[in-house]
Amino acid sequence: MPGSAQVLPKMYRTRMSTYWWLGRWPYLKFILRELSSVFVAWFVIMTLLQIDALRRGPADYMEFQEWLRNPVVIALNIISFFFVIFHAVTWFNLAPKAMAIRAGGKRVPAVLIAGPNYIAWVAISAAVAWLLLRG
Amino acid sequence: MSKRSNEPFLWLLFSAGGVVAAMLIPIQLFLFGLAFPLGWLDGPGYQSLLELVRHPLTRLYLFALCTLSLFHFAHRFRYTLYDGLQIKHLNELINTFCYGGAILGTAVTAYLLWIIP
Repeated sequence: MPGSAQVLPKMYRTRMSTYWWLGRWPYLKFILRELSSVFVAWFVIMTLLQIDALRRGPADYMEFQEWLRNPVVIALNIISFFFVIFHAVTWFNLAPKAMAIRAGGKRVPAVLIAGPNYIAWVAISAAVAWLLLRG
Repeated sequence: MSKRSNEPFLWLLFSAGGVVAAMLIPIQLFLFGLAFPLGWLDGPGYQSLLELVRHPLTRLYLFALCTLSLFHFAHRFRYTLYDGLQIKHLNELINTFCYGGAILGTAVTAYLLWIIP
């Protein structure tokens, strides 16, 4: 076949819709999970603002606390809270899939890998709460 | 010789940040973002919080929490835009925004934690 090398067919790729992730729950869940990162960043920004207010002095810190009581900030923090919980749960549940540990020729059950993560989560949260609430 | 990819390193930061964010952010966000402002619980006073943050271990803790979380965000958000919106032609800009933001955030965090009186 003469010339066949020159006439390469164009690669055919269907263009996926920009909103492909809206169609099915697992896809939407995936995008929501990925979007949790935005709320993680928001938390860091808020923490940095708090540290900044703290080092400036009591008056600035009071002003910062006032800002935290703003309904818009509260609403944003409620949404953020759900997203970071979603991140935590999906992250811990993913751990057994990321770490395929084998013991005695068998794969260690997922619960034994995810479980300790949840236990650590509760323990660490309790420790942080204790540090901040001891009065 | 082919150029080494820094993808594994970025993934490591993403993964470490994912653990830190999952373990530490929910409780802190709940307390500082909701429970204290809404008066559900009494938060620490100015002096005691300042003393806590001044402690070298707390500074180290906050540094790790903030910077790793930012790199977690950078990596994940980059792929959210990449997969979700499929805007591959803006890759350079997105990478600069995401990782640049994380690097800038790291510098700001270090500076703030350094200058606390």
